[in-house]
Amino acid sequence: MTVTMTINGEDHVVDIAGPESLLTVLRNDLGLPGTKDACEQGECGSCTVEFDGQAVCSCLIMAADADGARITTVEGIGTEGALHPFQEAMLAEGGVQCGFCTPGIIVAGVHLLEENPKPSEIEIREALSGNICRCTGYGAILRAFETLPGDGV
Amino acid sequence: MEFVAAHDLDEALAAKAQRPEAVFLAGGTDLMVEVNLAHHRPASVVSLRRVADLRDASPNRIGAGVTWARLERGPHRGLAQAARTVGSPQIRAAGTIGGNIGTASPAGDGLPWIAAADASIEARSAARGTRVIPWNEFFIGVKRTSLLSDEIVTAVIVPDGLPEHQEFAKVGVRNAMVISTVSCLVIRGDDGFRVALGSVAPTPIRASRAEEMINAESSITAAALDEFARIVSQEVKPISDHRSTEAYRRHAAGVLARRLVERSSR
Repeated sequence: MTVTMTINGEDHVVDIAGPESLLTVLRNDLGLPGTKDACEQGECGSCTVEFDGQAVCSCLIMAADADGARITTVEGIGTEGALHPFQEAMLAEGGVQCGFCTPGIIVAGVHLLEENPKPSEIEIREALSGNICRCTGYGAILRAFETLPGDGV
Repeated sequence: MEFVAAHDLDEALAAKAQRPEAVFLAGGTDLMVEVNLAHHRPASVVSLRRVADLRDASPNRIGAGVTWARLERGPHRGLAQAARTVGSPQIRAAGTIGGNIGTASPAGDGLPWIAAADASIEARSAARGTRVIPWNEFFIGVKRTSLLSDEIVTAVIVPDGLPEHQEFAKVGVRNAMVISTVSCLVIRGDDGFRVALGSVAPTPIRASRAEEMINAESSITAAALDEFARIVSQEVKPISDHRSTEAYRRHAAGVLARRLVERSSR
């Protein structure tokens, strides 16, 4: 069947044959490998995307069910040379170690900042509770949030 | 794979009547795990995400398509507490109460509240219309329900006058992203305590003997609470599995139930 999705502001038409996830389609069919594939069970958050305004695990969305959806992946956040302030802060604070969890953290973090420009530490911890960093670099990630001005970035 | 993106309930029910083997897809947080692990490759899927009727919620009727993220902010204290412990923000934005009911896992976090509230499950089919099934007739085994092959769970029906004193807690290996080892929900009303538990039997259960015992006490003393916890531990029917042992679950069930009775009495 044919599925039409708006991804990072661009319309994409994809032919879907089976029950494969949105994650699989993003990475294998659409050339958007920024969204990472790790647990495929919704446990790790590395595949987080914004889907119709909600931060969700793209591994748990059946691609066939994404018809008409508006999706933002990490590729749609910031541009080379003009990163999102949260991306800049992650770089400055060393919030990126091996980098595997980073795309999911960026999407979940930017989603949080859109809803709540000045989150408390508890709100940040809760918002990122579905994103696992196997380098355990959580301290630097939290510090990245602290350096943001909190004026609706 | 055949895929039907239903736009209303009638369309979903007609599709299910034509294809009894079709699986319903709501939040995807259960079904897609099975698909990704290659345990299940459905030949036919009916998506409910666009069915607006299922997302209606009032204090007395909670639509099956209401997400955990909404229940977290809902009017029922115990259900809101339970919703907040489900998975992660990503899971709570997608997963629904109807999915929890349809999957009927012993560890379903919403199910002890349904049991303690004496709520019912509303189901509908194209052929026979709507029926309302008491929770203890709906959940019949591990991931088994009395739902028929042409039916869909449409709502949770909540009795009038549900007491406001409701407390939920669960035991797991960490705070976030955890499937419960034992869960418990206590409601305190004028007629006494109602105590429901999850992950300690094939279905959610009420600790009826422990309820009778504590509700016969004129005052809740430490000795009465000791006896209450002991009866809860005896009454549950847990198993040992990859998440915990039978002995630990019995112990934790008593501890949790006692703690929530105390908490709901403050």
